[in-house]
Amino acid sequence: MNIHEYQGKELLRANGVNVLDGVHCTSVEDALIAYDKLNSKIVAVKSQIHAGGRGKGTLYNPDTREHVMDGGVKIAFSKQEVEDYANNILGNLLVTIQTGEDGKIVNNLYIESGCDIEHEYYLALLVDRENKSVMIMASTEGGMNIEDVAHETPELIHKISVDPNSGLMGFQKRDLGISLGLSGVALKSFMKLLTSMYSMFVSNDCAMVEINPLVKTKSDDIVALDSKISFDENAEFRHKNWDLLRDLSEEEDVEIRAKEAGLSYVKLDGNIGCLVNGAGLAMATMDVIKLYGGEPANFLDVGGGANEEQVKTAFSIILEDSNVKGILVNIFGGIMRCDIIARGVIAATEALSLEVPLVVRLAGTNVDEGKKILAQSTLNIHPADDLAEGAQKIVALIGGGAQ
Amino acid sequence: MAIWIEEDAKVLVQGITGKQGMFHADKMVEYGTNIVGGCTPGKGGQTVELQGSDYPVWNSMTEAITQTDADATVIYVPPPFAGEAIMEAADAFDKVKGEGVIVCITEGIPTLDMVKAVAYVYNRPGVRLIGPNCPGIITPGETGGAKIGIMPGHIHAKGRIGIVSKSGTLTYEAVAQTMSINEGQSTCIGIGGDPVNGTGFIECLAAFEADEQTEAIVMIGEIGGTAEEEAAAWAAENMTKPIVGFVAGATAPPGKRMGHAGAIISGGKGTAEEKFAAFEAAGIACAKDPSELGSVLLESLKKAGLR
Repeated sequence: MNIHEYQGKELLRANGVNVLDGVHCTSVEDALIAYDKLNSKIVAVKSQIHAGGRGKGTLYNPDTREHVMDGGVKIAFSKQEVEDYANNILGNLLVTIQTGEDGKIVNNLYIESGCDIEHEYYLALLVDRENKSVMIMASTEGGMNIEDVAHETPELIHKISVDPNSGLMGFQKRDLGISLGLSGVALKSFMKLLTSMYSMFVSNDCAMVEINPLVKTKSDDIVALDSKISFDENAEFRHKNWDLLRDLSEEEDVEIRAKEAGLSYVKLDGNIGCLVNGAGLAMATMDVIKLYGGEPANFLDVGGGANEEQVKTAFSIILEDSNVKGILVNIFGGIMRCDIIARGVIAATEALSLEVPLVVRLAGTNVDEGKKILAQSTLNIHPADDLAEGAQKIVALIGGGAQ
Repeated sequence: MAIWIEEDAKVLVQGITGKQGMFHADKMVEYGTNIVGGCTPGKGGQTVELQGSDYPVWNSMTEAITQTDADATVIYVPPPFAGEAIMEAADAFDKVKGEGVIVCITEGIPTLDMVKAVAYVYNRPGVRLIGPNCPGIITPGETGGAKIGIMPGHIHAKGRIGIVSKSGTLTYEAVAQTMSINEGQSTCIGIGGDPVNGTGFIECLAAFEADEQTEAIVMIGEIGGTAEEEAAAWAAENMTKPIVGFVAGATAPPGKRMGHAGAIISGGKGTAEEKFAAFEAAGIACAKDPSELGSVLLESLKKAGLR
């Protein structure tokens, strides 16, 4: 789960990390009040969306797609500029390298004081799968795309792994600071910031914290100028406050509804809907559809113990996508019995008066019973014995691959 | 022999009085698994009825292992308590016998809980963790066998193919594929689809290589992380037995989590394309479609003079 920069900054501030003064706004009027309140010669006017590349993004009118302004993050030198930028940002569509062409409507602004920057660094905390521990990554190349830095000059990225038994050690913080070329007051300030960030990461069940840039000011302070924070959704049960931080307008409505029904759904661009049990098998089903010339319309995992109601919800979610021209059901029954799935499929197709072709592949527990139930139905259901046959059949039934 | 779990291994169930725990404990007994009891703190002294017989429940894992001399435990404890359940089992096995296998089925454990639990297990070298978020491990026998997890027992048969996979139902698919060419399995292991887990591919491959019963291996990966690439590089240097591979997620778009917490392509890393290429470079015979795993395996067996 992602949160906005302004929410991340509040969290950082509460945990003792240096951030600049700033105010969250949702209207131009708020932005002007914020400007007066901050009493700073220059301020940054920052679009708040859950995607990177905001500074280099472009704003468009959401209705006419007319170009409004270049750059979703602006430096304002006067109240008038704050007003102009806020007007150009709020309610408009911000397209960045990470949003795709559709972009995102900006509903939130963050007005932040300026500071005298001496150097920009990069800092990130994340869970490292290979070392099975929290990793802290830092670089002198702040403000840039870190993936480019990693690719072109990997020696400029410094990493430390935190042993969960001992926690973050003083020498690790010092080593990392020294490798960034810090010394004196700035090094001390950096080490203190790492202590705060690590304890924030652990106590808030973060999945990733990325500060790009982290800056050294002319007065040798280390300050987080940006913040990108995401939480580990598995830990939601012990963080009741996440509900207040969640911005549902940033999430796909249909994916939220699927989650509520206990399904895992991701919409894709193709035209063959898939309903599968198990994440690995669901991915493999998409792959095989593609292998035989089709394009999957979605990833959908009904989980290990789906019931008739969930199967029905799954069908209705798949059919909401008007691109869907056919559906492939692929179930390997373990705990899930094929006869129950077969009844669920029949009930769902009847209730939703399904019009697109449907191929059903069943295997595993009670498979013969399941197949018999499908065969006895008067509905237009095409059976398949294995995944390859199922994929070939549905691709043929919709008349070849995605056009 | 098989790997890690013998056919007659003595198995405990953590969370045996819960709905999931009881349901699956019953299925395990039905398959022939030698269940010796369970553990639910606060319910010690009670019994649980599985397939018509009563099984004892203990308050702690230390007590349960001391009383039963169990070889393994399987965890069906809900996510908020599962990390601690792993550590309790690791502590108890280490203290009482110096060894043991922990199989954690639970899905949705916070990643930082797993970071802690995995470090705890690694400090107890005789203890092995499989999972979490996995179907478990099964060593089929001539009759019955040891099914420790949620996989459908009846699709398996004793044989010479070792299977290791990140995914659950895709493992069943691989099992069915071996059966389609009249091959059974030595041991099948689901290592789970979470970003931080216990036993990895390399440990499984090494154990299969050393196991007399295993003559060939099916390895199934999925997008995310670099475990498949590392396993392939390791296999190229260390494996003599034929390996057949598949990687799920070739069509997954970057940045989108495909069900499993670990199945996400981020920062341009962890794509299926890279993993297939690493498999092929290591001499692993790849199936592009899981329905072809059987025929690719048959070909590999023939090439190795095993059919």
